[in-house]
Amino acid sequence: MPDTSSLPSPLPPSDEAVEREAARRSRRAFIVGGVAALAGLGGRRWLVTRPETDRLAWPLRRVLDANGRLAETLFSPTRLAPEFPAGRARMPRVNGKVGLKTPLDPAAWRLRVEPYAPPLTQPLELTLADIQALPRVEITTELKCIEGWSVVVRWAGARFADFVARYAPAAQTLPYVRLATPDGAYYVGLDLASALHPQTLLCYEMNGQPLTGAHGAPLRLVTPVKYGIKYIKRIGSIAFLAERPADYWAQRGYDWHAGH
Amino acid sequence: MKKLVDKHPLAIRWFHWVNFPVLALMIWSGLLIYWANDVYRLGWGRTTVLKFFPQSFYDALHLNFRLAEGMAWHFVLMWAFALNGVLYVTYTLLSGEWRYLLPTRRSFAEAGQVLLHDLGLRPASAPAPGRKFNGAQQLAYTTVILMGAGSLLTGLAIYKPTQLAGLTALLGGYEWARIEHFALTIGYVLFFIVHVAQVVRAGWNSFRAMVAGFEVVDVSDAVSPEAMPSPPTASSPSTPA
Repeated sequence: MPDTSSLPSPLPPSDEAVEREAARRSRRAFIVGGVAALAGLGGRRWLVTRPETDRLAWPLRRVLDANGRLAETLFSPTRLAPEFPAGRARMPRVNGKVGLKTPLDPAAWRLRVEPYAPPLTQPLELTLADIQALPRVEITTELKCIEGWSVVVRWAGARFADFVARYAPAAQTLPYVRLATPDGAYYVGLDLASALHPQTLLCYEMNGQPLTGAHGAPLRLVTPVKYGIKYIKRIGSIAFLAERPADYWAQRGYDWHAGH
Repeated sequence: MKKLVDKHPLAIRWFHWVNFPVLALMIWSGLLIYWANDVYRLGWGRTTVLKFFPQSFYDALHLNFRLAEGMAWHFVLMWAFALNGVLYVTYTLLSGEWRYLLPTRRSFAEAGQVLLHDLGLRPASAPAPGRKFNGAQQLAYTTVILMGAGSLLTGLAIYKPTQLAGLTALLGGYEWARIEHFALTIGYVLFFIVHVAQVVRAGWNSFRAMVAGFEVVDVSDAVSPEAMPSPPTASSPSTPA
């Protein structure tokens, strides 16, 4: 059947010819569409059957990590999280108990700074008074839980940057920090830039009161450039590392960076 | 006498059909995230007309305890959603297709007439020559594109509320941006319901146009054969999708 539309005929194509052409083009389009749909389903099937890295199919994990690196490239590591009037501060709900299950003896508690390089070859053990000897900083910022709720809280403590400058100055050459509870059950990984952010605090007061046990006494991390999962309670040890450390929630399928 | 008339260019058909599964997966992964803090409802005081969402809804769609999975999918597919949307808007601007889509002053009145007709309160009017969409369609399709831009902006505001603090503040703060992001999603669902109902009403010819690109037009009708011209600058014949 010749293609009538290309012939120099004065007559328009018959209705039958038009319907045949419509059927031909429809058939082609629906076959291409069907193949594309099958390819999409196949792609999804491939994706969900990939081996997992920390509870996520590795392609998803790769993209999350790339998102985190892109954010580190695009954004300023020193940009401040918005601060709020102190009057807006509220008490957040208690949302994590991992690492807090054993009773705590406040008198015996020490913050252990793991040896990272000469000259610090012995772990350094600090008391709360050592942290409180650093300049006290107060900020009122919005705690954002990865679950989706948020609450404004007034925090007080020492800048992590001041802590490093005073007690571990040589550690600033290492790109990662690992913080863990005394029992090691909860642990958090941070990049050094986030740890040294001016609003990242070793916090010992919430809304004007000393930290309660459930909120992480005697010392917790506050880092408003991250989700609450990085605000580790009852810090027992801090290590400075060359390799990216494991992170409790990242191992359970969440983004390692968890940054804002 | 019948005639094939090109309607939707190949690129627009691809954008449309790529967006469908991507947006569906964005809504699904968004629900996995929303489940972890499902505080929104319609109501006043202590009266709740509609809770987002009843437990049965989560159970039926297996949305419980999948926050990490939801976030992973959401922050992977956001790239596909954004890229497809930006390419679509760029294409409509460069090809001149935007002329068919953007509402004019007439569109609002016409949309009212279309609504009355669809509700069976008014007889159908003759299709206007040289147009692909009626006023109601122009309003709906332009609105849904603006909603897509809104989802990107509100999404960015809750994704990076420190780095993009200005944007988050502009949208009313972190919690408001999250509400807006959620409300837009409900908007897509409502759009989808009306859209599918209208496609069913409009029939096969109209649906096929979004797949194969053309409509079969009966030119013995009042409209002239040039009733539906190809876009002002895109003169290439559309190939099947």
